[in-house]
Amino acid sequence: MNSHTSPAIELRGTSKSFRTPSGALHTAVRDLDLVVGRGEFVAVVGPTGCGKSTTLTLVSGLEEPTEGEVLVAGEPVRGIGDKIGFVFQQDAVFPWRTVLSNVMAGPRFRGVPKAEARQRAREWLARVGLAAFEDRYPHQLSGGQRKRVALAATFVNDPELLLMDEPFSALDVQTRALMSDELLELWSGTGASVVFVTHDLEESIALADKVVVMTAGPATVKEVFAIDLPRPRKVESVRLEPRFIEIYREIWSSLGEEVRITRERGATDAA
Amino acid sequence: MPPETAAPVASPAGADRTDRAQARARAARRHQLLVHGTRVLLLVALIGLWEGLARAAVIDPFNFSMPSRIWHQMSQWALHGTPQGPLWEQVWYTLYEALLGWVIGVVGGVVLGIALGRIRFLADVLGPYIKVLNALPRIVLAPIFLIWFGLGPASKVASAVVLVFFPVFFNAFQGAREVDRNLVANSRILGASNRQVTLQVVIPSATSWIFTSLHVSFGFALIGAIVGEYIGATKGLGLLVSASQGTFNAAGVYAAMAILAVVALLAEGLLAFLERRLFRWKPADAGDGR
Repeated sequence: MNSHTSPAIELRGTSKSFRTPSGALHTAVRDLDLVVGRGEFVAVVGPTGCGKSTTLTLVSGLEEPTEGEVLVAGEPVRGIGDKIGFVFQQDAVFPWRTVLSNVMAGPRFRGVPKAEARQRAREWLARVGLAAFEDRYPHQLSGGQRKRVALAATFVNDPELLLMDEPFSALDVQTRALMSDELLELWSGTGASVVFVTHDLEESIALADKVVVMTAGPATVKEVFAIDLPRPRKVESVRLEPRFIEIYREIWSSLGEEVRITRERGATDAA
Repeated sequence: MPPETAAPVASPAGADRTDRAQARARAARRHQLLVHGTRVLLLVALIGLWEGLARAAVIDPFNFSMPSRIWHQMSQWALHGTPQGPLWEQVWYTLYEALLGWVIGVVGGVVLGIALGRIRFLADVLGPYIKVLNALPRIVLAPIFLIWFGLGPASKVASAVVLVFFPVFFNAFQGAREVDRNLVANSRILGASNRQVTLQVVIPSATSWIFTSLHVSFGFALIGAIVGEYIGATKGLGLLVSASQGTFNAAGVYAAMAILAVVALLAEGLLAFLERRLFRWKPADAGDGR
């Protein structure tokens, strides 16, 4: 298998089950088939709690699949690859490190000399607009600024594969739109492939080349939609275009059904 | 405890606002003054009551002594030395034994706590033994240490170590166990090896747990040193207590106690200062570490 022609990510019949604390077997993902091309921005949407995040942990190598195969660049995933970047939903910055030190962490872990790591970190901090904040501690920043630190800390490692787990869901609406634009800008220069998990359909259409709709849990791929909106895009303006609304309606007819199933299940669980 | 009430920031908008801010600041100052004043009054009243009751022979001054005698005893020791030598030497001995025992106990507790917290196999093997040792009332080991290590400082250091080790160990262990899983996952994605995760993620995030135990454990170190000295020593505050007791000198026992309290408070203050320096990364309201 040639690693230059194989897709960035390939999931073949992948399943993942966990043992819950009560001892029951919980299947988060079942029989998942998904291909992400090189340099492609793929958004994964689905009802909350359906197993979208599990898919990412499988690709990252943090977890192993129970069944099936996960290939990254044509190679089966064994442990955590060094070409992967992961942006978490919650804050995962180191609270005891300054902003600069946080961004330097990745290169330093990977054995880059201090001076070079510092220089690279400063470059990325400048690109996310936090150059003036390098001596601050995370608790002195706003939620959006902390997210920027996390982005810089991820991009500084030059990932070929960027996994994002609802990265902006904790931010307010305005900040979220701003961060989405910034993400597109940062990404456009890198040629990295992106898997962006979200439950926000608007966000996914505005960002992605391809939107994957997952079923209610245990998650599997329901439908894949190609987004033919031209790039570069501005999140705030693209969502007003007629084509955007058309796509939105089309995908929602598929996603809405799964959301309804999940909601009904929740209602019966609660009853 | 230094008063750390933030003064309300006066905004430039309107004299009315600044007036109110000033009034609020005045009220805060008055409150502070009232608290401190009442504190001093309470102390004076208690000491006065003690002195008065003892002088009026309502309580027996032979058993309960009285503040003036205690003060006299302290100045006597400070100016003319104790029967065992100069006062500062006794204080220094006790502090030295407590500090050395504390440092050894803390280092041992932290290293073992982190190791067991990180390495499951070790925790599974050693867990029950540590529980058994912890269940033992460790102060009874002091006489054994006296037999093993003699009358010198070594036996006191040993009893301080066994008292300090366990609280520090359990907190370090818990701290290592409760590290934010997201942080660990993130650092592994960023490329950290197991060793780097331990040194640069687990230990820093366990420090607030460890520091909580440091406050308590310094008190334990002092107890270890004092009890050790009380049982048998050639120098130290504990010896001062037991020697005073042996000569039915109640004032001496109280005087040694008062000196000990001051020493413990000073040490606690130093620790709080260090903690503030070390935890600059924490938001101010959560920086207390307790």
